[in-house]
Amino acid sequence: MSPSAVLTPLPVLIPLLGAAATMFAGRRPRLQRAITLGALTAVVAVCAALLYLTDRDGTLALHVGGWAQSVPGMGPLGITLVVDRLSALMLVVSSIVLLAVVLYAIGQGIRDGGERQPVSIFLPTYLALSAGVCNAFLAGDLFNLFVGFEVLLVASFVLLTIGASTERVRVGISYVMVSMVSSMIFLIGIALVYAATGTLNMAELATRLDGVSAGTRSALFAVLLVAFGIKAAVFPLSTWLPDSYPTAPAPVTAVFAGLLTKVGVYAIIRAHTLLFPSAGLDKMLMVAAFLTMLVGILGAIAQSDIKRLLSFTLVSHIGYMVFGIALSSRLGLAGAVYYVTHHILVQTTLFLVVGLIERQAGASTLQRLGGLAAASPLLAFVFVVPALNLGGIPPFSGFIGKVALLEAGAQNGSVLAWMLVGGSVLTSLLTLYVISRVWTLAFWRPRADAPEGHMASAAPSVLLDDTEDIAVDERDDVGRMPVAMLVPTAALIAVALTLTVLAGPIVAYSERAAAEVLDRDRYITAVLSGATP
Amino acid sequence: MTTLLVPLVLIGGLTSVGVYLLLERNLTRMLLGLLLIGNAVNLLILVAGGPSGNPPVRGRITDGHTTTADPLVQAMILTAIVISMGVAAFVLSVIYRTYRLTTEEEVVNDPEDARVSQLTDEELEALDEARPAPDEARDTDEPDELDALPGLEGSR
Repeated sequence: MSPSAVLTPLPVLIPLLGAAATMFAGRRPRLQRAITLGALTAVVAVCAALLYLTDRDGTLALHVGGWAQSVPGMGPLGITLVVDRLSALMLVVSSIVLLAVVLYAIGQGIRDGGERQPVSIFLPTYLALSAGVCNAFLAGDLFNLFVGFEVLLVASFVLLTIGASTERVRVGISYVMVSMVSSMIFLIGIALVYAATGTLNMAELATRLDGVSAGTRSALFAVLLVAFGIKAAVFPLSTWLPDSYPTAPAPVTAVFAGLLTKVGVYAIIRAHTLLFPSAGLDKMLMVAAFLTMLVGILGAIAQSDIKRLLSFTLVSHIGYMVFGIALSSRLGLAGAVYYVTHHILVQTTLFLVVGLIERQAGASTLQRLGGLAAASPLLAFVFVVPALNLGGIPPFSGFIGKVALLEAGAQNGSVLAWMLVGGSVLTSLLTLYVISRVWTLAFWRPRADAPEGHMASAAPSVLLDDTEDIAVDERDDVGRMPVAMLVPTAALIAVALTLTVLAGPIVAYSERAAAEVLDRDRYITAVLSGATP
Repeated sequence: MTTLLVPLVLIGGLTSVGVYLLLERNLTRMLLGLLLIGNAVNLLILVAGGPSGNPPVRGRITDGHTTTADPLVQAMILTAIVISMGVAAFVLSVIYRTYRLTTEEEVVNDPEDARVSQLTDEELEALDEARPAPDEARDTDEPDELDALPGLEGSR
């Protein structure tokens, strides 16, 4: 074990200990905030260090508790944590997003929160969610991946139903049921994989699955793909997402939209490259990607609530990532990795901006919004930059990611790949249409012209949705946008812009990550060399 | 590996009853369905671990078995049981909350989804088209980017 492998459990350990500490500090909000910020800043630092170390020294593996020593004929029995370039990149981006969103939530709570906000629950749960996300990215065996999923799901149940209003409880039930069904399917997949191979360690599995017959392999991959597909919201399994995300408080929706689906995408990448490199489901994945893109974006066109609209674009852009994965070429995978990074940042930022819109204008639906560009040019600016980025306007990172994917599709050259190339271009155009529709309606048109423009919610809502509708004129002046909410949003925009400014090094890094992921032997030796002392 | 038929039939039966219950709209039944599926999956993991044998403790022999039972599956099932217990407690509290709020315990459809799908063409147009054309006569020469917009003409 190399000394730097000591760092690998920290992204899980720090938030979990932080969650416990914030629980104890439940009656002291300032201490709670300090612990949360300290823990998440430490996670960012550790993840950045891991990114640097893995890029320099190669894959890091840690067998927790020294359970590496394997019985002959068995893989490593204990929990294995593995960091390679792909998971290090995911960890860094997620930890940055987690820190920015919690800053935003804290700023919102300080400015608008009253006595009754359930803050003492929010921060510990948020930290548990962070631990779950990091654990899923670090997991080196299937069952630990399952545990990571469960930790983040259970935390997300609490965050989604926070305050337990009628609407959130309604949404929470279907979200819990769908998530649990996907977890059960995942567990069935784990049982079947274990029955077929006798191990769950991914590196050991990768070597043993080659000996399993092709049909069994495809069947196993299909079961896991359904489980991950529900989590990642790939088309036929995506309908739960636009229903459940929009009702949560703005920072919660932002972090869900940014991270939870991407954990599913990450799991698909791992399963597709490491475990089942030639399982023969690529065509099906391509069709699913195509439908995800188009059905998602067509759904977005029909919406009038900005949060719902963004949830549909979220579904649609998952299609791009699945497209890159399904090509199973190095270029396609590199494009997918870059696109995941870009999309985590942009989608989170957009939901944070919607939170700002909701605070300033008292509504998030296009039926009520109007005149925002005149009311607050700054708000218009922070909306339009990530929005154009999502739409893929050059020189933003959305454009770079899409070009990489289109290039990979063209290189593949099959009919399906060309269809997907066409589908991506069309989706990109339609995304632009959706964005410009929000822009013209919410930002340019005078509020008096909006069908329900005279109505607004009475006060900015923080974590509870307990506000009622009143006439706009009677709404108290909410003041300027709080700096503590604006700065994290602007910081995320800045990070997303670095993806453009430093596009060369970052694309090169994604290509190295993709090459490393496709070269299974490196992963296998990194994990198993520590297993035989 | 030989497998016994009885556990497999049991797993199939539990899963199908679970799926049937999960498709109900009544929340308590949905939870029961989820728990049944969970139990079926735990059994499946147990079956995947191979035949029964001695407890996985060194030097302990029961019933004259010659092999040791797989300890890994037992650890996994324990984890899965704990997780499903936690989730069941959470779902029960949410069901109770639903009952308190609405005196019903059923899943209802997404109202916003229904609303969007039932918009008439006129309503859709009202949403998108309620923009009067800018009045050029009221446009000023002052350098103001927004002054061509309806409602803001000559804002300086």
